[in-house]
Amino acid sequence: MDTFVQFTLTGLTNGTILALVAMGFVLIYKASDVINFAQGELLLVGAYLTYAMVVDIGLFWPVGVLATLVVAVVLGILIERFVLRKMIGESIISVIMVTIGLSSVLRALVNSVWGTTGKAFPAFIPSGQVSILGAEVAADRLWATVIAVLMLAGFSLFFRHSKVGIAMRAVADDQQAALSMGISVKRIFAWAWSIAFVSAAIAGALVANIVGVSGELAGFGLRVFPVVILGGLDSIAGAIVGGILIGLLETYTGGYIGHGLNQVLPFVVLIVILMIRPYGLFGQEKIERV
Amino acid sequence: MLCVNNIEVIYNNVILVLKGMSLEVPEGAIVGLLGSNGAGKSTTLKAISGLLGVEDGEVTDGTIEFEGRQIHRLDAADIVRIGIFQVMEGRRVFEHLSVEENLIAGAHTRHSRTLGERSAMRQDIDMVYRYFPRLGERRGQLAGYLSGGEQQMLAIGRALMARPKLMMLDEPSLGLAPLLVREIFAIIQRINREQGTTILLVEQNANLALSVADRAYVMESGRIVLDGDPAELRENPDVREFYLGLTEVGKRKSYREVKHYKRRKRWLS
Repeated sequence: MDTFVQFTLTGLTNGTILALVAMGFVLIYKASDVINFAQGELLLVGAYLTYAMVVDIGLFWPVGVLATLVVAVVLGILIERFVLRKMIGESIISVIMVTIGLSSVLRALVNSVWGTTGKAFPAFIPSGQVSILGAEVAADRLWATVIAVLMLAGFSLFFRHSKVGIAMRAVADDQQAALSMGISVKRIFAWAWSIAFVSAAIAGALVANIVGVSGELAGFGLRVFPVVILGGLDSIAGAIVGGILIGLLETYTGGYIGHGLNQVLPFVVLIVILMIRPYGLFGQEKIERV
Repeated sequence: MLCVNNIEVIYNNVILVLKGMSLEVPEGAIVGLLGSNGAGKSTTLKAISGLLGVEDGEVTDGTIEFEGRQIHRLDAADIVRIGIFQVMEGRRVFEHLSVEENLIAGAHTRHSRTLGERSAMRQDIDMVYRYFPRLGERRGQLAGYLSGGEQQMLAIGRALMARPKLMMLDEPSLGLAPLLVREIFAIIQRINREQGTTILLVEQNANLALSVADRAYVMESGRIVLDGDPAELRENPDVREFYLGLTEVGKRKSYREVKHYKRRKRWLS
């Protein structure tokens, strides 16, 4: 029982953080049809930025995190303006190549500024052990889960009810029609990249807080692919459910079976689900009126 | 109010679609723009609303004036902001948004920060539901699952939300049953009367357009070939024959007359 609770909580932590990264990915795909292969690097940059703010500059950590988010917003806008805007109307494969290029550039930048060796992260989330249902759980994991869940809830409300959120979904549906309402499509793309960068930066800080900062973090970002394909590339709810599902699955197989099977099983489940629902669990089917 | 002056529109730098197109829309009027497929009606609307850019089209000559201001260099969002709203051909509702969210998207250019602005928006949503009670019944439903007629109503309601001075409707009758078309046109006339919205109506259904318009233009291959009072146009032999499908009953049709019309057309254009 203790180990079950332990695994579940670890899985939930990984899952909610994955969901946060996946949400950013889905958002960019939904709004601008761009499959962003640099999502993992956004997370990496976010983690190192937080590290720089808190350790290198020495800001008090809430201020440091806030400063990181501001920089993330600005970087998101810059990436959209100077890299992706030029690619509007180009073929999907060229756009994918550009995001792959972007990921290499970001990773190289991080390596040249902070070096390639891992560093310990200044633990700003209280560590220690909390006992839940008889299991000893690390408090930082618990906090990471809570923060990720709050962020997800916040973003979901934003998409449901805010003017910009509705405009973003409108752009995702029909760009030209959105343009005819006076919605600035370029501005919406900039919003999408900013939000994706912010959510990746938060996820990056949360993961780094648990495992430390290193180039490995980008690999965490790569794991969003099974998540978003499972949940449906264009569904935010799908990203959340997919993230949690994959997170749980990985820790259960890692914990109970082991032998590296946790790396494989998510993809096996992915294939099975895609065989049953080719749009992913929550992906939008094209609405056809009859 | 709106004055399109001798404009020329070129797509992809080579295809000349509008060649010296001019028209005028007086304030408070319903103006009909008729013409066959490919005459350039939709292009005219897109030139006015600034939507040509995404289709690689460009206004290369002439001017478009709205309330005395040159607008052909503005981008689409600014044009909506100064009061011109185009209801695009084929309804184009946001399928995965609910009816009410579609309406909110229509009001995107309006501010909704203060309480007063919010309640004005709420009132406008209710106004749309009064014009189109069926939308009110389905406010929470995804727009993609509405019937064609309801989607057209939503497209018009969405335009109302922007409180435009000039509403441009591109073939609102497309693919709808005749009874439904009557209903929608009656509501368009009511909106024109009650809200004082000026309307520029593009239609292939000439009979229908002539019955509601205060003034009408007939367009062929990129320019205006005829214009005037709808009642006059109805009597025009060319319009009767080629747009209303009315011919002298009992008279033999001769190919010579068709050729004559084609020659006239070439002369006029």
